[in-house]
Amino acid sequence: MARNTISVLVNDQPGVLQRVSGLFGRRGFNIESITVGQSEETGLSRMVIVTLGDEEQLEQIEKQLYKLIDVIKVVDLSSRPMVARELALIKVKADPSERPEIMGVVETFRASVVDIGSTSMLVQVVGDTQKIDAMIELLKPYGIRELSRTGVTAMIRGNVQ
Amino acid sequence: MMTQIPEARSTEELREKWMKPEVITGSEILLRSLVLEGVDTVFGYPGGAVLYIYDALYGFDDFKHVLTRHEQGAIHAADGYARASGKPGVCIATSGPGATNLVTGIATAYMDSVPLVVITGNVFSSLIGTDAFQEADITGITMPITKHSYLVRDVEDLPRIIHEAFHIASTGRKGPVLIDIPKDVSAAKTLFTPVTSVNLRGYNPRTVPNKLQLDKLVRAISEAERPIIIAGGGVIYSGAHEEMYEFVKRTEIPITTTLLGLGAFPSGDELWMGMPGMHGTFTANNAIQQCDLLINIGARFDDRVTGKLDGFAPKAKIVHIDIDPAEIGKNISPDIPIVGDVKTVLEMLIPEVGRSANADAWRTQIAQWKLDKPLRYNDDGKVLKPQWVIEMINDTTKGEAIVTTDVGQHQMWAAQYYKFNHPRSWVTSGGLGTMGFGFPSAIGAQMAKPERLVVSINGDGGMQMCSQELAICAIHNIPIKIVVINNEVLGMVRQWQNLIYGKRYSYTDLAGSPNFVKLAEAYGVKGLRATTKEEAREAWLEALETPGPVLVEFLVSKDENVYPMVTQGSTIDQMLMGDE
Repeated sequence: MARNTISVLVNDQPGVLQRVSGLFGRRGFNIESITVGQSEETGLSRMVIVTLGDEEQLEQIEKQLYKLIDVIKVVDLSSRPMVARELALIKVKADPSERPEIMGVVETFRASVVDIGSTSMLVQVVGDTQKIDAMIELLKPYGIRELSRTGVTAMIRGNVQ
Repeated sequence: MMTQIPEARSTEELREKWMKPEVITGSEILLRSLVLEGVDTVFGYPGGAVLYIYDALYGFDDFKHVLTRHEQGAIHAADGYARASGKPGVCIATSGPGATNLVTGIATAYMDSVPLVVITGNVFSSLIGTDAFQEADITGITMPITKHSYLVRDVEDLPRIIHEAFHIASTGRKGPVLIDIPKDVSAAKTLFTPVTSVNLRGYNPRTVPNKLQLDKLVRAISEAERPIIIAGGGVIYSGAHEEMYEFVKRTEIPITTTLLGLGAFPSGDELWMGMPGMHGTFTANNAIQQCDLLINIGARFDDRVTGKLDGFAPKAKIVHIDIDPAEIGKNISPDIPIVGDVKTVLEMLIPEVGRSANADAWRTQIAQWKLDKPLRYNDDGKVLKPQWVIEMINDTTKGEAIVTTDVGQHQMWAAQYYKFNHPRSWVTSGGLGTMGFGFPSAIGAQMAKPERLVVSINGDGGMQMCSQELAICAIHNIPIKIVVINNEVLGMVRQWQNLIYGKRYSYTDLAGSPNFVKLAEAYGVKGLRATTKEEAREAWLEALETPGPVLVEFLVSKDENVYPMVTQGSTIDQMLMGDE
């Protein structure tokens, strides 16, 4: 089983997310994360989906996606050098005495503190999935009150589109 | 009361009349667009959300509208129309329950790649999402069982959407497309300008195959010692039966046709091995297991054909030709994948291939299997056997009828014992296995092919799932010959209970079902019954000679099983032959 990242260019139509996610559900393909947003072209959205599966399954996913009329293009990003990033907001328990220590972690990860409450700090971190996983592990001992991750968005490196 | 549905005018005349740009309502746009798409028959059922559409239909006679007695009847009829004619079937239903009554029919068409354009009404746009009266999210409900669907938000989009829907339904791998029209959209007016081109970036079915793969196949054929062809519904859907015949005759490769492929190749031919799979012939199943080259043309390696996947065609190099790239590698990874339209593929292959010269011993072997292990059943003449009834129907109609079936034992017997020689002559729900399909689909087939004899073969179970459409046969004098093979049980389920569930016949007894002759008569359809061979022949001949619809009930033995049978989880050469 490998973690595959695919990019799906779709018509920005009502229901298109349902069509794509429904396809994954009923064909038994797994979705680790899915992000959707505007693309470079008006009227088209780009979805980036991270899915676990073997090569055969990945091939089926691509073929099944292409059967959807609203799907314009499917690219297996993880087959090529790519940049993959996600963002996480982490609300961590932080009494004033603990703040300097947490700041140390935040700085090491080149993350940032975007809000401070009387007993908490809100940390924003951007990076690949592993980096965010690591950051979460380090903040756990202080007590994570709330965690929100965007899921991965990704792109192939270089001039290739 | 008997009313003749008026004949529609020629498409050319109508085109001229309807192409004229004009400010009209969404409902009128729908009707004009349907005419411009070449629609001559629509099956439907009115209701609140389609009142504007039905108002526009009042006095509109540029296509026929058949009022069924249930939306399920309408969609199965549209399906039968499409399978018999090759043109997209069209049906209309209202919102909510009207639309949800179509769901089984949409799934049936989707599984068997049948082109349908399904029109549903919906509540006013302003009410969508409020759980309004008769509101159902039909585009959401049908997303997994449609090729594509539309919820029309603006009347301006309607001409484009209808044109796209017909294009999508009837090209590539065909399938049902749903158009959901809110009531306000069907009432709104706009300037109608006919749409004649499609611009769908995400939809470009590939019809022309990769030449390198074709070359590999040509070489494989010349080298093969034990080649076979499995031909499926794709051959019929792409209109490639003539090419199929030529290809087989040129290469002399033995051919088996799947349930949906029946009629893709003449059954009387010496190279034809019958149907493969769960109730396939000894010859076809053994040929699959022994072959060294398996050429799948327009079939999808369905589990009822392959049996246990691990162990299917273990010695074969596998070639898969399909219009749908996603079918290739879905169940079986082929050695030679060929994406393309079957007709185009065969046209390109035919000039390249010659006789499979290394396969003479193999052809002899297959001829021997056919001789040694033909389809057979025991007939002591004491009770009427269902297989005999099908053979009798086959003999008296010379294999020339359009046969529709329901699902179950009678379906398998019809597939085994009716000998098809033409494409589009066999209408059956293969993938979904929909009971209630057999009879209404015959109405659609007859509307599509008024010149053909249409025989609808049903069990006593399935006949009761859509029997209300007898009304349509009587009212419009649709001359189908309705056969009810009555064994007073749910035969196929009972067969499994008999063979696999220790003869524990749980809820498969249908005794107490209506008197089918009287049921037919209640609708004004002639009914006949037979319990012996003599009566059967007599009743059937009378039915054939009677103009108009006739129902013939054949009372048969309930203990008859369909053989051969491959039980689930076995490889297909492990067949119960019924004579152990």
